[in-house]
Order: sequence, then C-alpha cells, then structure tokens
Amino acid sequence: MSILLNKDSRVVVQGITGRSGLFHTQQCREYGTQIVAGVTPGKGGIHIEGIPVFNTVEEAVRYTSANVSMIFVPPPGAADAILEACDAGLELAVCITEGIPVRDMVLARMIQEKSSTRLVGPNCPGVITPGVCKVGIMPGYIHTPGRIGVVSRSGTLTYEAVKQLTDVGLGQSTGVGIGGDPIIGMNFIDVLRMFNEDPETDGVFMIGEIGGGAEEEAAAWIKEYMNKPVAAFIAGVTAPPGKRMGHAGAIITGGKGRAEDKIRALTDCGVAVSPSPTRMGATMLELMKGAANKA
Amino acid sequence: MNIHEYQAKEILAAYGIPVPRGRVALTSDQVERCAKELGGHCVVKAQIYAGGRGKGGGVKVVHHPEQAQELGKELFGKRLVTPQTGPEGLKVRRILVEEAVEIAREFYLSITLDRATSRYCMIACAEGGVEIEEVARRTPEKIHLLNIDPATGLRPYQARKVALKLGLAGSICEDCVLLMLNLYRLCLEKDCFLVEINPLVTTRAGWLLAMDAKITFDDNAIFRHHDYPDMLDYSQLGTLEINAGKYDLSYIKLDGNIGCMVNGAGLAMATLDVLKEYGGEPANFLDVGGGATREKVAEAFKIILEDSDARGVFVNIFGGIMRCDVIAQGIIEAAGEMNCTLPIVVRMDGSQVEEGKRLLAESGLNVQSADNLGDGAARIVAMLKE
Repeated sequence: MSILLNKDSRVVVQGITGRSGLFHTQQCREYGTQIVAGVTPGKGGIHIEGIPVFNTVEEAVRYTSANVSMIFVPPPGAADAILEACDAGLELAVCITEGIPVRDMVLARMIQEKSSTRLVGPNCPGVITPGVCKVGIMPGYIHTPGRIGVVSRSGTLTYEAVKQLTDVGLGQSTGVGIGGDPIIGMNFIDVLRMFNEDPETDGVFMIGEIGGGAEEEAAAWIKEYMNKPVAAFIAGVTAPPGKRMGHAGAIITGGKGRAEDKIRALTDCGVAVSPSPTRMGATMLELMKGAANKA
Repeated sequence: MNIHEYQAKEILAAYGIPVPRGRVALTSDQVERCAKELGGHCVVKAQIYAGGRGKGGGVKVVHHPEQAQELGKELFGKRLVTPQTGPEGLKVRRILVEEAVEIAREFYLSITLDRATSRYCMIACAEGGVEIEEVARRTPEKIHLLNIDPATGLRPYQARKVALKLGLAGSICEDCVLLMLNLYRLCLEKDCFLVEINPLVTTRAGWLLAMDAKITFDDNAIFRHHDYPDMLDYSQLGTLEINAGKYDLSYIKLDGNIGCMVNGAGLAMATLDVLKEYGGEPANFLDVGGGATREKVAEAFKIILEDSDARGVFVNIFGGIMRCDVIAQGIIEAAGEMNCTLPIVVRMDGSQVEEGKRLLAESGLNVQSADNLGDGAARIVAMLKE
C-alpha cells in the first residue's frame, strides 16, 4: 500500500485541453499513470492524445469509472472544478491551479469538507506514489520507490528534498504536496495520519515554511499520535520580517509563524529538524539509522 | 494589494460605514484649504503603505489652517519612518485632512481569513488603538473572534452578540450591528484579504465612526476588479518591485550583494538560508514562479542586474513545471542585452537539464554550473571573493 494513489487509480484531468493541462497529462501518462478521461466544457466528444474528453466530470465518471481528478482549470473556474469533482463522488481531487481567489476557496472548501472527496491543494505540485502513479507536475525521475512518506507545503523545495532522499538511498512511499495557499484541502495532520497508518511507510519527511501555524499544529499532533520517526525542514530562517499592514493576521495566529518558533515546536515534539537545506536527506538517513538500531 | 487609508475610507463610506469628513491633499496649499473647509481644527494624516504612522510623526492634530500647511510642507518633503517601514521609510505623496472628533471610546474591528478554519473571521476588541497586538498577547480574553459560516454569512444576531460584548447598548449597538454586516458584505464583494477599522470609535455626540481603516485586496481576485490596478500608488513601491509586479514575479529587495533567481517561494527562501550558511549575503528574494516563460525569466534576470548592489548572481532552478533549456535561454538573452560581466552560478535540475547546461556553457558568459544547492552556494561565494 501507499497513500492516496495506487496502481488502480483512474485519473480524469479537468482542464485537459489547456496548455499545461495537456503537457502534464502526457508527462503523467509517460510515468505510468492511468489517465482515463479529460474534461473541458464545450469540447465533450473529442479525443485528445487518444483520451476521451467529456463536458462534465459526472459523464467522465459514468463512462470511464475515473476515481481521481487532476485539476488544471484556470483560476476563475478552478473552485467550480473542485466542487464538480466532489459532486461526482471522486475519491481524490488534486488541484494544481495557482491563484484561486480566497472567497471562492472559502465556499469550495466548505462544500468539499462535507463531501466524501479528499482534496489536495490547490497551488500544489500534486501527489506521487513512485513507480506506480503520478498525479501532478513534479519531475518523476527524482523519485524512487521506497518507504519514506513526504509531505510538504512547498513546491520546488519538495523536489530538492526528494532528490536528496533518493541520493542518500531512501526511496519514497508517497509524496504529497499539500500546497501553499491560505486555504487548502488536506493539511499536514491529515497526511501524517495516513502515513502513520500505512504499513508501507516507515518514516516521514515534512517540509514547512514560515507563516501560519500549520507546522506548530502538526508538531503537537506528532507528539501525541505519531509512532513513526519524523524529520523536517523549515524554510525561511533568514527571511527578513515582511512589510505588513494591519494586525488581524498576527492576532489570529498569536504571533506564531516565525521559522524559529516552528523549529522549536517541532524539536520539542521529537522531530529531527534539518539544520540546513543541504542536509535534508542526511538528516532523514541518520534518523532512520537511529530508529533501526533501537529496534 | 494594499491601498491607502483614504481609499479604504471611500470604500467604507460607499458601504454605509460612517467615516470622518475629510479630503485628500496633494500639496501643502491644498492641505491648508482642506483644513480651512473643516474649520481649522483637524487631523493631518500622511498616506503611506505602512502602519505605525502616529509613532513616526505622520499623524498630528492641528488647530489652524496655517499650522496644517506648515505640517504639510514638512511631511511632503520627507520619507516617513515608522516601526513598520524599515529604516529607509516611505515617501509621503498624499495627505488626508480630516475633521477632529471628540472620541468617547475606541474599539478594534476587522475581518480577515482564518487559515485554521478556512473561513472569514471577525475580530473585535473593546480596546482599540495602536497597541492591539499587545492587548491580544497580554489579555487574549479581551479579543472576540467570530468565525463566519460561508453558507449563512454573518447573521445580525451574531453581530449583536459581539457588539454587546464590546459594551455597546441601545441604538448605538444596533448601529454597530449594521456596520458589521456592511463590513462583511464589503469584504466579500471587494474580495478583501483584510479589512480593518482601528480604531472604530463612539463620539461624544453618540455616533460610530471609522477613524482609521486598512484594506488589503486578494491579489488573486484582481481579475474581477478592473479598477484595482488604478488604485495602486506606485510611489509607495520600489522601482524594482514595480517591474517585478508587471511580470508577476515575487521580488523583495534585501541588503546583500548576491542576486538570486529561484523558482518557487519555499526553495527561494531555502536558497537565501543556504547562501547565508556559506557566508554570502543575498541582494534579493526573487521567485519566478511555476509557469514562468522565457520572457519572464529574462525580465527576472534584468531586474536582478538592475540592482546596483548585485555583484554576482545565483540562479537555482529545480524544474518541475519549468524546463531548464527555457531558463538557460532566458538568462542568456537578458545577460546579453544588459552586457552582463558579473559572475553567475547556475544550479539547474529538472527536465532538459543537459541541454540547459550546454546552452550556458556555449554562451560566452562568466558562468559556472553547479551540481547541487550547497555546491552552487559555495561557488558563488567563492567567485565573489576572487
């Protein structure tokens, strides 16, 4: 097992006829992903690269039994695309689109939370189970099948981390880019919980960055529930305090969000935090060796 | 995207939220005229894209039009430094002149997004004014938070409960309920990331008034508000930041001498971290984003080179959605146009990486390719020491 994706995942691409939608559809298919359908309103009935295109997700599901969606719909229609995926009863919707207005996502998230569809993203690199299935824009070649779960708020920094893991000989069970937007579907804790229960995951590498309180909440959850080793990296240790207007954000987060606060919270909860972005793989390797020796 | 206080107040007024009488002035003579119209006794407020103006001397009460004019002359000539501007301060180009008001009580009221619940959240406090974050830290029980259900919106009874907690009663409490409902409507319709009234006051005469206001628009929603770009005051942004904005690049000027171009905000921050670890000082943060085109990369590179502090350039691109040969072409194009002789270190990974490296090697630029993040940082730091 892995989490979220496996060899039976059947993927529908929403926004398949757009430039990046089509490019990444091809990339995913080359990686081995079963792309069974595409959706572009108004273009139902055509085939693109041999893939049947439908007007609605519902139709795509009816004719192809798709159970996972990959969304490339541009920002004005992206929240609607998420809702459509939920309405069609898909198991998982992975939204790659960057730049969806907050107001749209507040509504989409409210409906999605109550549905049976899991949402990853938006504004994320996607999900990959190495060697099996890729639903996203990450480069496939840096990944290796293995037993480390990866969860990240960042895009390209995740690639850096995964490459380092692969280089030190640690393959990955599943990589999940949860996205960097203020409103996202699955958060760190949702993914950590799945890795905790996945028999094919032995440890987790987590990538966070400054801002918000998600890493602190994850740290508290890890301390309480996680029974597998976790290593982490937090980007932005040297970031200068940003220019800002207004106080509301600081009031809600209670002044959390600095890298040092996150690193302290994670360290206090037993997470091995990599001191440098060049040592992410090495930190995970040392942690796994230590865990193996203890066992 | 931020706007000025006077613009925020115009929007509040359009939504039926009472604001003090006032006018915007562009010259000190206009400041005098506005003050005269308001009866002489008024408040002169410098308009800049930062808070803490009171502490920086940007907000003052005057008693005569002449005094207002003097203050106008002083403010228009200077860069206002406040706790939020950084030491270089911000230029004052517009001044808001407002009637002076007899204040009875001050409150804090805002609506913003709560990431933890994915909902808009109304924040209210009976102690308004500049020290609100301090109040939140010291006495969090004084802060009233209300998560707004997107299905129902803010309901009058919910607003009333908050208004009562602020200690308002009778007709002014009902006025406040209406104000809160209007504020929520404004927040949604104008696609705000933050709308903040601090302080919201009750006057001696028994009115509610928004004495100061801040609005931050959601950058992602600008496509449905064609009037927003015109509201931007370019004098409040650095020239490099303006150019970056044109090409939708995320750029922040820093103090060091190594120009940085990275794809993705997280990797860009990690790149700054690793440069510092190797003893280098980054000149900027620059995220070229996911779907950058060759043109975008070229403009990004030009922005880096236009910064006279940059003595070298570190490019760190991990291609996922981006192709390395496209990055390389963009760099070569921009460096050629700018006659760049600065040392450049390029670390690229991703699709078409060999093609990208070959293009750079054959370009004739003063460029080295690095194998990984640490190697790249070490190389650019070493090249700058030579």
